[in-house]
Amino acid sequence: MKSAVIVFPASNCDRDMIVALEKITGHKPHIIWHQDEEIPDADLIALPGGFSFGDYLRCGAMAARSPAIQKVIEHANRGGNVIGICNGFQVLTETGLLPGALMRNKSLKFICKDVNLKVENNDTAFTNAYGQGQVITIPMAHHDGNYFADDETLKELEDDGRIAFRYVDKAGQATAEANPNGSRNNIAGIINRRKNILGMMPHPERLIEDAQGGIDGLGFFESMINAIN
Amino acid sequence: MTWNNNVEITDALVKEHGLSDDEYALCLKILGRTPTLTELGIFSVMWSEHCSYKSSKKHLKTLPTKAPWVIHGPGENAGVIDIGDNQAIIFKMESHNHPSYIEPYQGAATGVGGILRDVFTMGARPIANMNALRFGSPDHAKTKHLLSGVVEGIGGYGNCVGVPTVGGETNFHPSYDGNILVNAMNVGLADQDKIFLSAAAGIGNPVIYVGSKTGRDGIHGATMASAEFTEDTEEKRPTVQVGDPFTEKLLIEACLELMSTDMVVAIQDMGAAGLTSSSVEMASGGGVGFDFNLDMIPQREEGMTPYEMMLSESQERMLIVLKPGREAEAKAIFDKWDLDFAVIGKITETGNLTLRFKGEVVADIPTQPLADNSPEYDRPWVKTPARAFLKPEDVAAPADMKQALLKMIGSPDLCSRDWIWQQYDHQVMADTIQKPGGDAAVVRVHGTEKAVAISTDCTPRYCYADPVEGGKQAVVETWRNLTAVGATPLAITDCLNFGNPERPEIMGQFVGCIEGMKEACIILDYPVVSGNVSLYNETNGTGIHPTPAIGGVGLFTDSSKMVTIAPQKEGEVLILVGETKGHLGVSLYLDIMEGREEGAPPPVDLLLEKKNGDFVRAQINAENIAACHDISDGGLYVALAEMAMASEMGMAVTLDYENVPQHAFAFGEDQARYILSVPADKADAILSKAKAEGVVCANIGRVGGKDFEVNGMSSISVSELLTTHQGWMKDYMGLE
Repeated sequence: MKSAVIVFPASNCDRDMIVALEKITGHKPHIIWHQDEEIPDADLIALPGGFSFGDYLRCGAMAARSPAIQKVIEHANRGGNVIGICNGFQVLTETGLLPGALMRNKSLKFICKDVNLKVENNDTAFTNAYGQGQVITIPMAHHDGNYFADDETLKELEDDGRIAFRYVDKAGQATAEANPNGSRNNIAGIINRRKNILGMMPHPERLIEDAQGGIDGLGFFESMINAIN
Repeated sequence: MTWNNNVEITDALVKEHGLSDDEYALCLKILGRTPTLTELGIFSVMWSEHCSYKSSKKHLKTLPTKAPWVIHGPGENAGVIDIGDNQAIIFKMESHNHPSYIEPYQGAATGVGGILRDVFTMGARPIANMNALRFGSPDHAKTKHLLSGVVEGIGGYGNCVGVPTVGGETNFHPSYDGNILVNAMNVGLADQDKIFLSAAAGIGNPVIYVGSKTGRDGIHGATMASAEFTEDTEEKRPTVQVGDPFTEKLLIEACLELMSTDMVVAIQDMGAAGLTSSSVEMASGGGVGFDFNLDMIPQREEGMTPYEMMLSESQERMLIVLKPGREAEAKAIFDKWDLDFAVIGKITETGNLTLRFKGEVVADIPTQPLADNSPEYDRPWVKTPARAFLKPEDVAAPADMKQALLKMIGSPDLCSRDWIWQQYDHQVMADTIQKPGGDAAVVRVHGTEKAVAISTDCTPRYCYADPVEGGKQAVVETWRNLTAVGATPLAITDCLNFGNPERPEIMGQFVGCIEGMKEACIILDYPVVSGNVSLYNETNGTGIHPTPAIGGVGLFTDSSKMVTIAPQKEGEVLILVGETKGHLGVSLYLDIMEGREEGAPPPVDLLLEKKNGDFVRAQINAENIAACHDISDGGLYVALAEMAMASEMGMAVTLDYENVPQHAFAFGEDQARYILSVPADKADAILSKAKAEGVVCANIGRVGGKDFEVNGMSSISVSELLTTHQGWMKDYMGLE
């Protein structure tokens, strides 16, 4: 699987994503500066976490207007796979490639901790290595991960199986207590209608080795290898 | 208002600049004439306590700073130690106390920014942030606001630059009601052959300014940090700098990119006293002069005077000496990162800092005497009177041991800090292998089997009661925490926070703490490689508790050997290492249960510390140990409870406390102790090995079940422990 990682000014999970992709796919991803106007042929484009442009404007709003993003949109429109993690998810909603918006966490605080996620649909390019309904632990670290979409969009996401991950408790229940940031319907990650784009707030790339405290993030990358190779 | 550089320098103006009569006389002697206003400003900040260490340097010189693994000790921007394979760890801790009290978010944020720059300016990629925080009493009207702002500021900056904040310590005490402490530490990783120093060299070489534009923020920040707080402190808000972590992140990447080439001769961040201290340090360090055209300085505001430009503490700025002819190549890097890049002058052979503004020379100061002849005071000091040891019998037993333990672990000083560290991205860079909440934080050396352990510690109530023992204990506790995770302690950075050094009893606290630190560093072979002194931490004449915060760094050559405080399996045997005499003097028990802060602190036996610690570390490295926890604040029962909570497993413990009253045995803070959790089949071998080496060890129980059961105390479920432990801070900060 050939991949590319877009780097924006103040992306800061770019290295983590590059390391994870190289370790799991066996190929070093292309590293694309946000001002680059060409992206080499890739099966997957990843938008990493961080604070692109300092998040001084709405998170992801500036990055969504970068030259490289135009190429990402073209890649997605051709059916190419795209993932956006954390700040990358925010960028994807700002470009309109994914619906909804990520608002400030309900607590108004940055929150970094491990959360339980339920795999809501394992029939996607990003989740097929997990069991349907499997509960996995993945770290989150964000200030603006409170997912919002209007009722109609939410219904569409739910009905079409486009919720990839939901915040749940250990038993797999999407309770209010298990919702760390106030996201509607406990949504942690979604996919687009064509099912080639995924955005999620938690960081699977941070949990791929035992030394990091677990390997629940591996399935995310393995899923893409399964789907793409 | 028109600016006049040649204004008459009156006594009042000199005084306003914080220079004493003697200091001003020395200034006149160095210049051989009356200073201009710009020059007066430069002398004022360079000779402020904050920049010159004039009250402390006589004593700092006595600290041990050398070991075979020390590459650069104090005197550089940060300390550098050898971790093998041509790699080095670069680290330092620094205070940002006064600004954080005035404006907690920006004060703390810029504290993080400043310490990051001290580390990456030497060529290191920052890999971990730590901190040591002291707030006033939780009941004080400002504490909640300050805690909230400081934590948010540390997180806001560290999270954005993408360097994990992996731990720290937070305490509350009324002595900090009017003067909190915010000490930020950073640890970076560099290649030994790519370490950059600040000494300028090469007559004619271009001097470059990069980073943020210069504004009027923070003018006289260093002077503010060198004066006591009074009622009108709030008016000093304009002297607090504002941080821009986005620019800092770009600056890190741009500087590291520049340093990966061969273009850089010297580099220095603009920290306290901004362009003044950075240029004086670079020029005097290299025995050369600088000739600057201040019109070239990128400016944020219109009409800035040379005085303002030289004294501004605008953040995220660096000064660089390049090899000649490389300006365009270097500029391309900074253009890519969208940062200002300006050639502001060149190196001269005059040895002077020559500043030109609109065609006129506004300052011309010989840098060597300015830097080298800065005042050094041997301030009078008195020894802190010794306190009597408090006998265990003199401290009442609690009505109910269980309630006492719950009260302890739910107290402000011992409760869970989840609320704090969840606001820090402690996992970015994906190399954090021991998260906040353990004895030490551990981050991997990226791409290797090595890892670095870091711990920040100090017990100010011990330092107040007995500065020498307190100074020793602060060093020892970091050493013990590094040992408890299995790392080999290598070196420390210190951040020495004290009151007004002009008062002999405060100076006595300083001298005593240094003495204790020195003894500990020597015995443990654990030198000081960097540090910072923050004096005048007083409000209306009342000093803080003496707080020599220590940041210790240790190394794993094989990070898979690391342990945490969490027992791994049911049935593991718990072993208590060290002797328990029930020392309750200035203990947390005495404070929390009886509201008293009396007696002498627990004595520190450095040789015993070394013996017990070396034994524990060897056992961890031999992979005989499943979990380890050092015993410190709150004593044995608190440490056991913390292990139970970390593992979410219960334990059954039987203690033989002979002639010591149970509550003293339970909560006494005797030093040099650890609790090990070991696989049952290894316990006997460990105990006999300990016996052979003369290390006091006892089998005290087993891990298992859901309850915390210690003899003589009603059983407590682990979930009750957790609820109590996690309750206080969330309730205090008003969360659901």
